[in-house]
Order: sequence, then C-alpha cells, then structure tokens
Amino acid sequence: MEVGQMQRRLAEYTKSLFMEGILDAQFLQLQQLQDESNPDFVVEVVTLFFDDSEKLLNDIARALDQQCVDFKKIDAHVHQLKGSSSSVGAQRVKNACVAFRNFCEEQNAEGSLRCLQQVKQEYNLVKNKLETLFRLEQQIVAAGGSVPMIESSF
Amino acid sequence: MVSEMESGHIEEMDIEVLPSMWPDDVGTDAGKQFNVEKPKGDQDMLEEVTIIDDATIVDFKRLLELTNYTETGSSQLAYLVKHWEYKQANAVRLLREELDILSKQREEVELKKLEILEEHRFEEERYGGDKRPISILDEVYDLWQDIPRRKNDVIVQNKRVEIDAEYDTVVYWKQRAMHLEKLLEASTQREQILTEKLQESIKDLERQSSPVEELSQILKRADNFLHFVLQNAPVVIGHQDKELRYRFIYNHFPSLHEDDIIGRTDVEIFTGSGVKESQDFKREVLEKGLPAKREITFETDLFGSKTFLIYVEPVFSKAGETIGINYMGMDVTDQVRKRERMAKLREEIAVQKAKETELNKTIHITEETMRAKQMLATMSHEIRSPLSGVVSMAEILSTTKVDQEQRQLLDCMLSSGDLVLQLINDILDLSKVESGVMKLEATKFRPRQVVKHVLQTAAASLQKILTLEGHVADDVPVEVIGDVLRIRQILTNLISNAIKFTHEGKVGINLYVVSDPSSVKGEGCHQNKVSVDGDNEEQPHSPETKVWIRCDVYDTGIGIPETALPTLFKKYMQVSADHARKYGGTGLGLAICKQLVELMGGHLTVSSQEHCGSTFTFVLPYKVSTASDNSDDPDELSDMADNNAATDEATERFFQFQPRTLGSLFSSNGSSRSNMGYTRSHKLNGFSDNSYSFPSNSVRSKETASVEEACSTVDDAETLCQPESSSSHSPDPANQDTVCRGNRCQDDTSSQFQNPIIDSTHHKETSREVAVAANTREPQGTCQRREKSDTSSQCVSSCSTEVPKSTLKPKILLVEDNKTIVMVTQSMMKLLGHRIDVVNNGVEAVCAVQHHNYDLILMDVCMPVMDGLQATRLIRSFEETGNWDAAVKAGIDQGVLSLDSLQNGLGSTPSAKRIPIIAMTANALAESADECLANGMDSFVSKPVTLQKLKECLAKYLP
Repeated sequence: MEVGQMQRRLAEYTKSLFMEGILDAQFLQLQQLQDESNPDFVVEVVTLFFDDSEKLLNDIARALDQQCVDFKKIDAHVHQLKGSSSSVGAQRVKNACVAFRNFCEEQNAEGSLRCLQQVKQEYNLVKNKLETLFRLEQQIVAAGGSVPMIESSF
Repeated sequence: MVSEMESGHIEEMDIEVLPSMWPDDVGTDAGKQFNVEKPKGDQDMLEEVTIIDDATIVDFKRLLELTNYTETGSSQLAYLVKHWEYKQANAVRLLREELDILSKQREEVELKKLEILEEHRFEEERYGGDKRPISILDEVYDLWQDIPRRKNDVIVQNKRVEIDAEYDTVVYWKQRAMHLEKLLEASTQREQILTEKLQESIKDLERQSSPVEELSQILKRADNFLHFVLQNAPVVIGHQDKELRYRFIYNHFPSLHEDDIIGRTDVEIFTGSGVKESQDFKREVLEKGLPAKREITFETDLFGSKTFLIYVEPVFSKAGETIGINYMGMDVTDQVRKRERMAKLREEIAVQKAKETELNKTIHITEETMRAKQMLATMSHEIRSPLSGVVSMAEILSTTKVDQEQRQLLDCMLSSGDLVLQLINDILDLSKVESGVMKLEATKFRPRQVVKHVLQTAAASLQKILTLEGHVADDVPVEVIGDVLRIRQILTNLISNAIKFTHEGKVGINLYVVSDPSSVKGEGCHQNKVSVDGDNEEQPHSPETKVWIRCDVYDTGIGIPETALPTLFKKYMQVSADHARKYGGTGLGLAICKQLVELMGGHLTVSSQEHCGSTFTFVLPYKVSTASDNSDDPDELSDMADNNAATDEATERFFQFQPRTLGSLFSSNGSSRSNMGYTRSHKLNGFSDNSYSFPSNSVRSKETASVEEACSTVDDAETLCQPESSSSHSPDPANQDTVCRGNRCQDDTSSQFQNPIIDSTHHKETSREVAVAANTREPQGTCQRREKSDTSSQCVSSCSTEVPKSTLKPKILLVEDNKTIVMVTQSMMKLLGHRIDVVNNGVEAVCAVQHHNYDLILMDVCMPVMDGLQATRLIRSFEETGNWDAAVKAGIDQGVLSLDSLQNGLGSTPSAKRIPIIAMTANALAESADECLANGMDSFVSKPVTLQKLKECLAKYLP
C-alpha cells in the first residue's frame, strides 16, 4: 500500500476510535508527549496500561470468585483501573469502571460480575483497536512515512 | 336520423345517469369528486389492475332493503326508473311518429286512388249523362274541382290540340291509369321500405343493451375504481344498522371472516380498550343525528395498539329516522405517534429552554457573586500583604532586645495587626454569611478570657478618659464551646462602638447565664444594668450541656435616638450623616454583629436613652464542654492554660481598666483575685520566652497571638493607627522606624533590608510569598541573605541549608500509586521542563518530605497504605510543630523515618516553609475538593491530568 494511502487510513481509523468513544482527548495528550527524544512513548504507556489492566482484571476476577467477596479490595482495584484508563484516554473502560464502582459500593456481587464482563469487553476492544492502530503506524514507518499528528479537531 | 338521435341521447344519458350512483351531494357538476373514465375500445385500464374483491363483504339483502328504505336509495331507484320510462317513452314516441308518417302516406295514396276512381266514375257519368254527382266529400271534391279547372286553364292554352286530340280517348285514360298505377307502386314501395326501417330500428333497439345492463356495468366499473382507489388505503368503511350491527364492511386488511363481522356489533367482535369508546361514539352519533369525527386509540388482541380517526355519519330513513350509521376509519397510528413525539419533543425543548434560561440566570448571578467575591478577595489581599509586612516587622522586633514597656507596645502592635487582618476576613465573612456559606467553628474557649482580652485590647487603644469594666457572673462556665473568633468579633465590635460614642464615664461588659433566651430581654437603659451587679443576675447553673449566656455591652455615651433604632442594624446605616462625619466607621459593624449572632442561633437587641447611653445585648447558646480539664488539649488550650494564673483566671469575675493609671497601657485594678501582675504575666508568656528560644517557638507564639489577639477586632480604622498612637509612649523610635520600613519594603520587594527579616519568619504564609517573590527577582542574593539571616537568628537546620540548592530548579514530588498515571505525569512534567521524584503512597511521601526539601507536591488522594489526605496532614503537622510526632503516632515506623531528621524534629526545628500540596483527584465524591482543602492541601487538579492543568498549577505554585 502506498504511504499516503496508509496515512489516510490511519487518520480515518484514529478518527473512528474517537467517534466511537473508545478514546478521548486524553489520548491526544499522550500523543503530544511523544517526540524525538521519546519516540515510543504512546506505545510504552499503553503497553504499561495493558499489563497493569490485565493484572488488575485478574485480581478483580479472583476477588469476585471468593466465597466472601471483599468489595473494598475490588473497589480499590477498579479505582486503579479507572485511573489508568482515564489517563490513557480509554474512555469506555473508564466509564465501565465508574459503573462498576457503584456496584462495589452497593456490595452487589451480581452487578459487579456483570460489570467485570463489561469492563473486560471494553478493555479487549480498546486493546484490539490500539494494537491495530500501532500496527498501522509501524507499517507507515516501515514504509518510510511519518505518522501524522492527530489534531484534536474532532 | 332516428338512430343518430338515439345514440346521442344515450351519450347524454351516461353522463346524467352516473352521478346518480353517488350520493347527491357528490354528483354536482362543479368539481366532481368522482369521475369515471369511459372505456375506449378494448383499452380498459382497470383490466390491468388486480382488484381484490373479497375485501368487501356486503349484505346484499340489506343493500336492497336499504335502497327500499333509505331516501337516497329510493330516490336513486326512482331516478333509474324514470330514466327507463323516459327512454321507453322516447322510443314509443319515435315509433308513433313513424307510424303517423306511414299512415299519412297511406292516406294520401288512398286518396289518390279515390281520386282516380272518381275521375273514372266522372268519366263514365259524363258518358252516361251530364249529371254532376255531389260527392260525399265535398271539400275533397272542391279541391279536385279546382285542379282540373286550372289544368283546364293551362291546358286550354298549351294543350288545346293535344287535349283536343286525346281528350276522351281511351289511350289517354289508359295512360293516366298507368301513371297512377306507377305512383301507387312507388308509394307501396316506400311504405315497404319504411316498414323495413321500422323493423330494423326495433331490432336495433333490441340489439342495443338494455339500460339496466348498462347501468350495472357502469356500477361495476365504479365499483372497480372504488376498489382500485381503496385497495391499499388503510381505511375501513362500514355501515352499521340501528343496533350498530355491521351490515357492510370494507377492510383492506381483514382479520376476520364475513360471518364474524356481519350482524355483529363492535363489542361483540373484539375486546380491548377503545372498543367501548368507539361503540359509544357511534351510538352518540346515532342519537344526535349529526356526523362527527373522533380519534380513538384501540388496544386490542386483534390488531394490537392502533389509533383510528373515525368518521361516523347517521343514515336516515325516508321518514327521517336514523336507521343506522356509515362509518369510515383511517389508521393514523403512525401520525399520532409522530405527533405525540413532536409534542413531547416540543415540551422537552420548552423545558430545556426554561432550564437554560434558569441556568443562565444562575450563571449570571454566580458570575456576579464571583466577581464581587473576587473583588473582595483581591482587596483584602492587597490590604493583607502590606499589613503582614508590618506584623512581621513587629514580630522580628519583638525578638530583639527590648524593655518591658516596648514589649507591651509591640504586643499591642502585633495584636492590632492581627485585628486588621481579622477585620479583612470579617468583611469576607459578611459576604459569606449573606451567601450562606459561612461556617461556624466549635472550639473550647473561656468566656472570662474573651471578655478580658477584648477589654484589654480596647484599653490599649483607648484615647479617652474612660473606665472599661467587665463583670462575669460566677455561674458562667469556665469553658464553653462555640465559635470564639466570631464571639470576640461581636464583642469587640460592640465595645469599640461603645467607646467611640462615649466621651466620659464607662464602658463595660456584663456576662451572665440566662435560663431561657426569651425570658430576659434587654430592657431599660444601661443605667439599670450598671446598678445591677453580677451577683444579682446569677441564676442557678443548670447542668445541661447547653447554656445560654447573655452579654450586655453598656456605655454612658451619647445614646441613640429612637428614630434611628430601626435602621441601626442595617448595613451601611449610621444614625445620621453628622455621626458619620464625626465618628467615622463603615456602618458595617453592627450588621455583621447581628448577622453573626443570628447565625449562631442567638439574637442581638439594643436599648438606649439619648444622652444617657446605650446597651447592646446579645444572648447566645453555647455547649458546655464536659471535660473541662485545662491542660488535656494542647492544641486548643495550651496557650491559655499554660500560665501560672490559670486557676485565678478560671474564676475571675471582675476586670477594670482605669484610664492612664499605668504609664503605658494596661491596668487591672479590680477585685480580689485579679491583678495587674497576672495581666502582665500573661502578656509576657507569649513573648518573653520567645526572646530566648525564638526559632523553636516562633510558630507557637504566632499561634498564640493569632488565637488570642485576633479576636479583639475593631471595625474601623482606629485600630489601624493604634501602633502609631502607642508608639508615642515608646521611648524607642527605632521600633517605629522598623515598622515603617517594613511597610515600605512590602511594596518594594527588591529592598535589601527586608528580605532577611522576612526569611527568618517563614512560618508566616504571607511573608513566605514575599520571600518567594524576592527569589524570583534575585535568587542568588536571596540565598546569601537567607544564610545570613539563618545565622543571625541562630536557626540552624538541615532544611534551610538545602534551600539555596533547590531554589535554582524547583523540586517536585509526585505521590501516585498508579504506574500509568505516573508515567504520563512524568512525561508531561518533562515536557514542561521539570524532573520529578515519584513515590507510591503516603508513607513514602512523608519520608520523602523528610529527606528532601520540595517546592511542590502533587498528591493522589486514594492510595494504598496511606492516603493523600493523611499524608498531607502529617506533613502539615511537621511544618507547624517541627517534629514528626504525629507521623510516628500515625504508625509510620521510626525506622523508616530517619533518625537524623527525627532528632531534628525533637530539636523542634520548624519546617522552612509550607510546601504547596496539590491534590490529584478523580473527582469522585470521596475525594471532594472541600475535603482536600480541609486536610491542608492547597488546591487540586482533577484527573486525568493534562498538560494544560499541570502548566496552570505549576505557574501558580512555583515561582
């Protein structure tokens, strides 16, 4: 594929992520932080976010699986996840976490389980989307093009 | 010609007949709603259209009956019959005419024959004799008589010869007979032809379709058209009889069989909501005899939820009775739904708009309020900054070697400075009270001390020969709980007012317990009060936890005219313009007092007699502190309780400050247990110690000053000039000089002289700001001076030695447990040109603060091990006390806290400054901004952190 074409595709793809609410403006913040001295910043942060989130999701799942569910602990985990997701701009994960915390407060095991599924789903979605995004960027770089900065115009 | 006439007539008839198929009102020529195309040859468009016939279910019998019964039907029928009759009559008429013609011709022919015969007879008679027989038919005879005569005349001339020749000849007659014969033949022939034609025309008539057939054909076509038009229309057409039983129904989407409908009523056919309504509606129409329309929503098992627009018209019999109804329904479910949605939308829009305007209003009001607040804040800030310079100077001055009298003067300066600060805050308070955001504090305090201090402060600024006195009844508890600052504010206000308007005599305070706030009211003029001593007013002290204490502030001043009383407590109102000129003041004091008293649940009243004096009385409820142990609460009471006169003070009941008895300011010359020595020892407490160990104690002494002295608020500029007035007593002009210089320096931060002094008092926030400002301008110079000042004040601490290093680049600490957030924040900081230290929880944050000197801390609120709020509290506690006791108490392992710094802490080295701590909140409820601020944080940044937010934050808190 031609570089220009790929760049257009990337722009469109990124735009779609914003349109679908998968990402929010915070992601643009991350992109602003990426420069020559720190060329892989976004990927690094997002990878950290992935690792962190997977650990947290496992922890939450395990905690929910207990005979006696420790909602305080789960709430703390969800809070963490909410913090991470909001700081990378994974909006839908963040929103799911907000709902999750309400159920934690109510000590609602059933609701929490549902929310966990929801969070997982949103997490996987954003993960897939971001991985695709990064792949696209890599392809562009490999083809000798530059990854265009996304303007926060949408 | 006959046939032409006929066909033309039929054409005419077509047009005439068709309208009769429709109700009369439909068939008018102008704008006919229905027009049926005449078929052209074999091109019938209807043939191409499939028409579903079985949609119509007709009770034909009923239709017939209808045509019999109903007026329209019968008129139609009559019309048809008439037409038929007309047509028939026409045909008969034509035939008759034809026959007439024929019979005429025949007559003619016969006449001719007769003539011929006559002629023959005449001939014979002529032959026989010249007799002229009289014909029976005279006229005919005459007729014929003429003709031959004429003929004769004519012939006489022309055919004389011929006649002569042939007349009377056989040949002639033969010829004549022949001729007549021929004529007869032709006539007969004509007759035959005519008969044939007649025959033919009859045949033709027969051949032509009968009108009934034609009509039914037309009917059928119209019917087809109707079907064609209606085949997709969501309409139901029906006729119901008197009992509302269906006799005819057309429904494009039939869901029932004919048997299920015909002969039944709506209610019998289906059930559900709306059915009854429609039935009732139809009945109504039936009864009223007037057509009507209505929208009915059905909710039936048969076809679900649907809305129909129903038109019902009554059908009348010839006699004019209603015999049924025609009804037509159209499914308007979608339209209704749309309409409802539109209505809803419109409603929502209206609500939205209302909300918007409401919001706009609120926003406007809020903006206005904000602006006003902003102005107040700016103003007070503008006043506060130079003032704090003055106070700082005075504080520094008090650390130098001064004699007793100077110290007292300084003491007054300090307290007055704090008073002004307090006053500024009060102006803010007023707006706070008014906007309902004023919060009251509940702290333990000693009423006696409050009274004494208020009087003391008033005495200090007294420029008149007045006696100030205070009576506190024995039953007033030693300690009560209330908002001491506000109470002092009220008292000070009232006292200063009293002093202002009193030129001779005395001003005093009576304090005593009342059982019920409503039972004791300020009555009469103050003279009564004065005569009544504390003893008389004592009432048994109830052991309740709540106690009402009444406070009278009386004077022997000019009094208040009765007319001025109603507006006395209004803002900016003074008794008269004269008063305002003469006595000054803002007119805010009493308004604030009243509002504060009412806020605390009490009430403020006044009684006055002109030229005799006034008494202001306020009654307030207080909680009685149950644990009245003097020394158990170091924070609140140490400053009050740690003097040796504590026991005296607790029960003291009379204070008096005589004018100018003591060379300088104070005198306490009252009853038994109170004495001057005590007063002085108390005043010394704060400051005499300071001169020996200033660095360790400055914070506390400051605290003391602000808590005790801040209360003696004066609501006008009088206090402001108090330092000057008191300095006139001071033999040391240098003091004043320092104050003035300090004041000036405040305006000019680059001044060399002032910086070291301010630096040595960094515990004061405002002076810190000044120092910071100085830092930015000449950082290196400041460092040098700072060191100089450090040595001069003998304050050697690890913190202050680190200061010079850290001033070049601000040191920032991030306390955050979430790795992702750490990474993002770190990068942002990097982009903004800062490197930051990162720790992961509150405990680590406390340790980090212990080891390093930070210029700014970004603190997450929710963290494991120790949250941001607690960590902030511990850090603030260290800054205030200079030790980490609180941290140790909170469970931080001493091993973690370095021994070295602990030692420092034990050595009571106060922290160099107050580190700005910015909370990073996720905007959750648990992390409210209020809570952050209440726990000692300076501000907050909401998550997720953005570059912009960080930039703003750094700009605000880093020099």
